[in-house]
Amino acid sequence: MRSIVFKIIGALVLLAIGVFLGKSFSSGPEENTVPMPSSIGYRMAGSSSDTLVAQTVTYDGEIIEVRQGGSIQEAVKAASPGDLIRVYPGTYSENVYIDKDNIGLQGVVIQGEWPTLDGKKKINDAFLYSGNGILIENFKIINYKGNGIMGQAGNNFVIRNNWIIDTGVYGIFPQYGKNGLIEHNVCSKIEDAAIYVGMCDNVDVLHNEVFDNVAGIEIENSRHCLVENNYTHNNTGGILAFVTPGLPIKTTFDVIIRNNFVVNNNTANFGAPGSTVAGIPAGTGILIMAADDVIVENNIITGNNNTGITIVDLATGAPKANDPNSEGNPDRTIILDNIMFDNGNEPTGEIKAIMLTQMDTKGPDIFAYGGGTGSSIRDKNRYRTFGLDDWGAAQITDTKDVRTYMLPEPVAPRSVSTEELGELTYYGVCAGCHAFGNRLIGPPTEIIQAIHNGDPQSIVDYITNPENLRDDYPEMPPQDYLSNEAKMAVAEYILAMEP
Amino acid sequence: MGGKSIVLKSGLSGIVLIVGLFFFFPRTPSDSYGKIPILNSQCPPGFKKNASNECIAINLYQQYDSPHNKGVGGLQTALPKIRDGFSPQEIDLGRYLFFDPVLSGDGSISCASCHNPKKGFSDGLPTSIGSNGSKLKRAAPSLWNVAYLKKLFWDGRAATLEEQMQGSLFSEEEMNNTPENLLRRLNAIDTYTTMFAEAFPDKNTSEAIQLNEIYTALAAFQSSLISLNSKYDRYAHGYHEALSKKEIEGMNIFRSFVARCAECHTPPLFTNQQFAVIGTPEPDGLPLDHGAEEPFNDKSLRGAFKVPSLRNIEKTAPYIHSGAFKTLREAVEFYTKGRGHAVPDGEDLIVHWHIWEPNLSDHELDRLVDFLKTLTDETFTPQIPENLPSGLNPTI
Repeated sequence: MRSIVFKIIGALVLLAIGVFLGKSFSSGPEENTVPMPSSIGYRMAGSSSDTLVAQTVTYDGEIIEVRQGGSIQEAVKAASPGDLIRVYPGTYSENVYIDKDNIGLQGVVIQGEWPTLDGKKKINDAFLYSGNGILIENFKIINYKGNGIMGQAGNNFVIRNNWIIDTGVYGIFPQYGKNGLIEHNVCSKIEDAAIYVGMCDNVDVLHNEVFDNVAGIEIENSRHCLVENNYTHNNTGGILAFVTPGLPIKTTFDVIIRNNFVVNNNTANFGAPGSTVAGIPAGTGILIMAADDVIVENNIITGNNNTGITIVDLATGAPKANDPNSEGNPDRTIILDNIMFDNGNEPTGEIKAIMLTQMDTKGPDIFAYGGGTGSSIRDKNRYRTFGLDDWGAAQITDTKDVRTYMLPEPVAPRSVSTEELGELTYYGVCAGCHAFGNRLIGPPTEIIQAIHNGDPQSIVDYITNPENLRDDYPEMPPQDYLSNEAKMAVAEYILAMEP
Repeated sequence: MGGKSIVLKSGLSGIVLIVGLFFFFPRTPSDSYGKIPILNSQCPPGFKKNASNECIAINLYQQYDSPHNKGVGGLQTALPKIRDGFSPQEIDLGRYLFFDPVLSGDGSISCASCHNPKKGFSDGLPTSIGSNGSKLKRAAPSLWNVAYLKKLFWDGRAATLEEQMQGSLFSEEEMNNTPENLLRRLNAIDTYTTMFAEAFPDKNTSEAIQLNEIYTALAAFQSSLISLNSKYDRYAHGYHEALSKKEIEGMNIFRSFVARCAECHTPPLFTNQQFAVIGTPEPDGLPLDHGAEEPFNDKSLRGAFKVPSLRNIEKTAPYIHSGAFKTLREAVEFYTKGRGHAVPDGEDLIVHWHIWEPNLSDHELDRLVDFLKTLTDETFTPQIPENLPSGLNPTI
């Protein structure tokens, strides 16, 4: 007996020594980026021909490092387009705003330690960007009041491998953006939508896990969006594609929801009163409201207690809101093959009442109600359905020709020629004080031409740092806020002006 | 051909030339030039004159795009489509009309009485004063950047400036004029008939002033009121030093989804041009203003008003359709006091979902005010005419 105990202890000691030696001699480099969860292995496996390798974003400028005790915002201030900011493990309590183009923000995860942005329930947003070409990856974001990551009008964004917990209203919220990728994020405990694509175009939402939120993934007033390979569970509603009335961009269409797990979305609704999602009944797997041309394919939709898929018009889904410019019917929904079972165990509200009229106490897999035309389904007999009597047979079998909704090339920033920039600057700024053939506040433009004839640089120097040379005119305020490019462009424009 | 005929021909040509010179260039130029133009032939700042004598708006936001051309988004986003293309003469004529009290029924108030350039093209009153000192129902909206707006009046009942101005000119409570009286009065003023002939050169000079010409000129002037050169704009175009640390802090609160200001007051115009029910209190226990419910006959718009642009908001106190808030600080504080807190008992308003309870701190409210003041820019303010064709004094 004793010898057995000794043998076990001995084996354990040897094992411990082995582990120690192994760790000491064969551990990799101390600092390396460990994206989590890893996407590369998955892509290399090529396990789905529906999935496209994500667009490569390169940042070939400087690498700016931020370590514990430093400030990510200071790094953003110092960064120029093309720079990559690498943030090392540590806790950063900041609102990081990025009003520049082509900045990469990359967390460095070392031995399981993540760079963490902690809002401490006091700071509004973790990341707020308006620039084009922004990358935000490998961050843990917790306890913000507003959003984890919010974008306003930035195109070509990549938001991936972030872990976002309890950040108030939205986890990931690009707004007014075109051509974006949201992949491999884990979002939880968000009061509205964990991932909210709002008034955007051409966005792929891939391989995310969203749970314990009110809404899992929301495609709202957006077009050309692919929602694929996500695991949305234990939310109030799993995946939503809908139109919210009253916003300046008024349509949602061309959305593919495929290869997702939409499971057990039965969490009680804890949305803020009045919010659109506050009306989502718990137990909603997928909700399509007023959105057009939505295709639902190859999803596993199970355990959602109200319905698996609900398709409604605005009058039914959001009866109080109104916008005469929003068309409120979901048209041309296509449901292809999905696996759906165990949905509708405890229907609530209207659906419960409607099902009772059918002598049924269970909610259906697929529930359609209200207006809308042209919808179709591949095999109605696979599901328990309600309201699909006028649906036709689907004319397509799959969507495999659509590999992505992102654009083949990044959206190019709108560029203006030097002459145009000169003109925009002259009329937009200078014309308040200067006119051709006319004295306003400053000297007439032809006098400026005579003074600086053939020498645009002298105009640039003067407007950057003016001196008052003429007693009969007030001093000119410096125009140093204009970019060097704009200053030279306007100088050349002024010299080339004709009466 | 003999040398004689050449001399003869040359001599005749010379005589013709001399006669021609006398004919075309008389000694006193004013004799044949006609009247000296009285209206400005140059476009106001912010506009470029094209070959068709039209003033075309030009500004730095034209470097950018906007999703679906809606003119909404973030910092570097294009503006919505502007109403431009008026001639410099139409704009200048509109300037005289705008300040001239002859446009009102009793000659006491002008457009500028409620839209005073010195008060951000508003009037500094909670609700405006109309004809005979009558107190009007709502506050005068600012006219800065009005050329970008698709709906006018607080309740959005007018779609064009022309439609809007008829509401004001011919309302008994406001300017209390009639179309007939307006035409009679303007046509009796020689300087105006000359000016209209100059601003509308296609018409017969003996033809009387027409109503649509008055509307066009006033719309032209109002469309020229452009304010896009504030400190904020400098930041937006990439000069980040334009804003102080406190102002940037305010901007980030403004655009965060906690305060949600930027959701409706969307840059760069700082309005998304939609209606919103926000549930502000009516002053002094006055009954609820039904807002857009009435013109659109839509119960879901009960208490809804147009989202106003915030440009030059610093200059246009007091705030909200009813002037209920004296200061910007009070106005921003309203939003943090909780969704629907001022909705009268028994009213079931559909308060906009962006209105919630953001629990902003005093510090954050102060910063929001700091930021709102960075939207001030009056560099393109037009001049108030010193003398008016009517002989009346400009009324502001």
